[in-house]
Amino acid sequence: MSARLMIPSDVAPAATRKAFGSALQKLGATDDKIVVLDADLSKSTMSMHFAKEFPDRFYEMGIQEANMIGTAAGLALSGYTPFCCSFACFLTGRFDQIKMSVAYSEARVRLIGTHAGVGIGPDGYSQQGLEDLATMRSLPGMLVLQPGDDLEAAQMVEHLATDPRPAYMRLTRQNVARVHDDNYKFKPGVFPQLIGGDDIAIFATGGTVGYAVDAALRLHDAGVKARVYNASSIKPVDEKAIVEAAQQTKGLLTVEDHNVLGGLGGAVTEVVTEKHPARVLRHGVHDVFGESGSPEDLYKHHKLDADGIFDVAQGFYKSLTA
Amino acid sequence: MKSPDVIDKASLEQTAVKLRRDILTMLEKAGSGHPGGSLSAIDIILTLYSGEMRYDPKEPRAEMRDRFVLSKGHGVPALYAVMADKGFFPREDLLTLRELGSKLQGHPANALLPGIEASTGSLGQGLSVAQGIALAAQLKGSKQDPAWRVYCLCGDGEVQEGQIWEVALSAPHLGAHNLTAIIDSNKAQIDGLVEDVMPLGALVEKFAQFGWHTQRIDGHDIDAIRQALKAARDETTRPSVIVADTIKGKGVSFMESDIVGWHGKTPNREELEKALQELPS
Repeated sequence: MSARLMIPSDVAPAATRKAFGSALQKLGATDDKIVVLDADLSKSTMSMHFAKEFPDRFYEMGIQEANMIGTAAGLALSGYTPFCCSFACFLTGRFDQIKMSVAYSEARVRLIGTHAGVGIGPDGYSQQGLEDLATMRSLPGMLVLQPGDDLEAAQMVEHLATDPRPAYMRLTRQNVARVHDDNYKFKPGVFPQLIGGDDIAIFATGGTVGYAVDAALRLHDAGVKARVYNASSIKPVDEKAIVEAAQQTKGLLTVEDHNVLGGLGGAVTEVVTEKHPARVLRHGVHDVFGESGSPEDLYKHHKLDADGIFDVAQGFYKSLTA
Repeated sequence: MKSPDVIDKASLEQTAVKLRRDILTMLEKAGSGHPGGSLSAIDIILTLYSGEMRYDPKEPRAEMRDRFVLSKGHGVPALYAVMADKGFFPREDLLTLRELGSKLQGHPANALLPGIEASTGSLGQGLSVAQGIALAAQLKGSKQDPAWRVYCLCGDGEVQEGQIWEVALSAPHLGAHNLTAIIDSNKAQIDGLVEDVMPLGALVEKFAQFGWHTQRIDGHDIDAIRQALKAARDETTRPSVIVADTIKGKGVSFMESDIVGWHGKTPNREELEKALQELPS
């Protein structure tokens, strides 16, 4: 595997929520079972594009997330495919409704949680979904996805039109770099490997993937052969890729804009511990509340930007080889 | 889906007695569960399944069926008794209630038992699900002529949940006129009387203010239940709510006289015998 990504230089970074909005609008034209619900955030979640084109299949639910989730479940149980949109924090804050009316009722609701993590910036902790992967992953039968770029986000939307499971998809407010080429095809349970290398393995997800790629390229230049996976399928995880990384490298680094407890770090650690014990360093938001700041300052503060990931990975590699 | 056969009142009342016996018998066998709220709800649920709703027990997931959501999930012994009587599953299965491996979970589980429309038991949620089912019927058919109707039974204590009031606000706005909510107003909850724990005030007037078609009836009078359901069906613009005054533990004198005590306590063998004597088969 090449240590360089083959992405054309003219591809601009894009927010995964924007790719979602466009893909959903496109899907609405070909699948009349698609319905969309939003709770007064359609301009932010980007469900407004679907709303404009298909007003009869769009439900503005007002500021009623619990009611929206239950209503989506009723639509799903009646044969429709509802995309139920809000900020990640507001959706997953209604955990009981998701647990009972969606997961335990086996209702094919597509929960779309945008504005993931500290990457949303100045609004501060109340608007930052930092526990959503952990909570959604704890529900039996739930598919949990987080695209690494806009191209993958669009493919996930298409996938969700037919997948039989209830699902949660986590999207960024901020722009993220393209990390996949046009030949990429998303599959649940598969982590695409973006960069090759056998010294350490970096598993990054969501808004951190592009930065992990940048950090890995610099690590290669500094003599540390870091491989990078886009861990976009949080549940099911790619056990094969995790075990291979544990066998082939000296240690695994997980990187996520989410609490290090229970999210990607938790998922990778669980597999490694049971299948092939190895050193894992969980990197992300280290069990603290988020705070206000610009997205760039927050990523720097939490060492989730390319410089930060480079430092953390280099330090981890040193500790493994000391 | 064919129109249901309407069963005459006298034989329905006789069936209601039989189903009260089934409820108490299965709860005694299970050793845990909720007799009071099952006995208060049984006449309403039986009437829904005996002439009002269109369904086929042999094809419980037929697309064009009417749907019933039991939002007060703890009252599920009453629903199981009706479902067994109507042929959704063999009557002897009732005695597996709450046993490991049984489809008859302590609270409704739709994935395990066809005919149950949604998993409930955490209160306040079923009415939102029913609203979604109502909107789906309008997509499948049309706004004026929905493909099916949906009925949702809530407890009066359950109405304390905030989510119920979210639907109170949304259902009229969304035009969910094919949704009928029935509130089993049995006046008691675990910690005491609803009036003492968290009173609901003028419930009918509150729903009317939110824009609902409202009715208040005796929830044990089969004719009254039928008339109210028909009036709800005839309403073409607003969702309907029927506040049904009921008696918790209805049919068993010692339960009727201690409605808080019999919310979540099951009869022992001796109490069961005594209760069955009051409900001659």
